[in-house]
Amino acid sequence: MRNVFLFIRRYANFLFFLLLQVVSIWLIVQYNKYHNAVGSAYMNEITGSVNKQYNKIDNFLQLKQKNELLQKENEKLRNSTAENFTSPDTSSKMIADSIPYDTLGHYRKWLYQRAKVVSNSVTTQNNYVVLNRGTAQQLDKDEGVVDPNNSVIGIVTEVSANYAVVMSLLHKDSRISAILKYDPTGGGSIVWDGKEPNYLSFINVRQSAKAKKGDTVITSGITPTFPHGMFIGTIDQVTPDKSTNNYIIKLKSAANFYNLQYAYVIKNYQKEEIDKLLEKVKTKINN
Amino acid sequence: MSTLVKNIMRFVLLILVQFYVLDKIHLHQMVTPYIYFLFILWMPFKLGRTLQMLLAFLLGYTLDSFRHSPGFHSAACVLVAYMRPFLINILIPQEGADANYEEPSAKSMGGFFPYMIYAGLLSLLHHSWLFFLEALEFGNFWYFIIKTLLSTIISLLLIFVAELLFSRKQKFRTNTV
Repeated sequence: MRNVFLFIRRYANFLFFLLLQVVSIWLIVQYNKYHNAVGSAYMNEITGSVNKQYNKIDNFLQLKQKNELLQKENEKLRNSTAENFTSPDTSSKMIADSIPYDTLGHYRKWLYQRAKVVSNSVTTQNNYVVLNRGTAQQLDKDEGVVDPNNSVIGIVTEVSANYAVVMSLLHKDSRISAILKYDPTGGGSIVWDGKEPNYLSFINVRQSAKAKKGDTVITSGITPTFPHGMFIGTIDQVTPDKSTNNYIIKLKSAANFYNLQYAYVIKNYQKEEIDKLLEKVKTKINN
Repeated sequence: MSTLVKNIMRFVLLILVQFYVLDKIHLHQMVTPYIYFLFILWMPFKLGRTLQMLLAFLLGYTLDSFRHSPGFHSAACVLVAYMRPFLINILIPQEGADANYEEPSAKSMGGFFPYMIYAGLLSLLHHSWLFFLEALEFGNFWYFIIKTLLSTIISLLLIFVAELLFSRKQKFRTNTV
C-alpha cells in the first residue's frame, strides 16, 4: 500500500497531466449531436452576455447594410398583403378580412420568432450561431432557424434562459432533408464536407432527377423542423457518383454565413404531436 | 503592478483578442491564428507545475466555451503547460538561471534564439495536438499536417509581433540562490 502512495508521489505531476487530458478528451467524446456537456448552459449565459456587448459595437458599424435589407423585406411583405390584389371585376375588391375564419377554422402551424444573431463562426469544423433569445422568450430546442429571406441557417441545439445555440449548416453533424424546387422527385440530404464555408453538398439524389447548374434547392417539409419551401441554396456543380446511382451536387448556400444579422426561429405547433405518434409507433415495433 | 493583477489582465485580454479579433479573420478557409496560449508561455517561472497545468486548463476551457467546441483547446493547452518546464530546463544555459528573471522572455532565456525555439516548439506542439484531435473526430487526416505547419508559421509570426509590441521589462534579480 505504501508503495502505491510512493509511486503516486513520484509521478504526481505526470499523473495530474494525464488526469487533465482525460477530462478534456472526455469532454470531447461526450459531445454528440445534441451536445449535453456539463456546465455548458451556464457557460452559455456568460459567453452570451459578453458576445452581446461586442455585438452592440459590431451592430453600429453595420447599420447601413441592415437598413437596406430591412427595406427589401418590408417591400416583400407589403406586396403580399391581400389589399394589393384586385380582380378584373370592378364591382368587387379583395380585402383582408379582420376575422380569418372559415367553416373549418384556422389553426396556426408555424410561428416565426425573430431573434438577433450575437455570435457566428465559419472557420471551424463545427460552426455555431448564437441567438439573443432563449427559453424566457419561448424558444425551444430542435426548432429550425432561417434568415429574413427564408434561407436555412440551422437547427437550435441548446437553449438557456436568454440565449440559444444553433448548429449551423456548416457543421459536420448537420443533415437537412431537401428537394429540388422544379423537380420534386429529386430528394436528398444536405451535409457539409468541412472544406469551404458557403458551399454545401446535396447527396443521395437519384440520377433520374433533372438537376442542372442554377437550380434552386428547398426544404422538403418531411421533417417537422422546417416548413416546405425554405431556401437552402442554388446548384453550383452536378457530378454523377460512379459507385451509386446518385448525383453528388455542390450547392452554393442561399444564406450568407459570413454575415448573419437577424434570424427567425420557426416553431412548429404540431411537432409535439408528431413526435409522440412516432414514439408510439417505435415502441409498438420494438415490442 | 503586482504579478497577480498583471496575469489576470493578460488572461482576459488574450482570450478577448483571440476570440473577437483573430477568430473573425478569415485568412484561408480553415487556418486560424492562435495567440491566446501566449499566456502559458509567459507564466512566471516559479509557479508550481500543478498550478501551471490548472491555469492552462482554465484558459483552454474558457476559449472552448466561447467557441462551443468541446475539449480541444483544454487538451492542447494542458499539453503545452506540461512540456513547458522540460523545455525551459533544456534551453536555459545555466543551472539556476531561471531564478534570475521572473518569466520567460528573450532576455531571460539568454538570447533571442533559445526563446524562439521555446516559443516555436510549444506552438508546434499546441497546434499539432489541437488539429490532431480535430482530425480524429472528423476524419480529414491529410489536411491536418499541412494545416498544422501553416498555422504554426502564422501563429509564430503573430507571437513575434506581440513580442515586439509589448516588450516586458525584466529586472535582473540578485540574491536569488
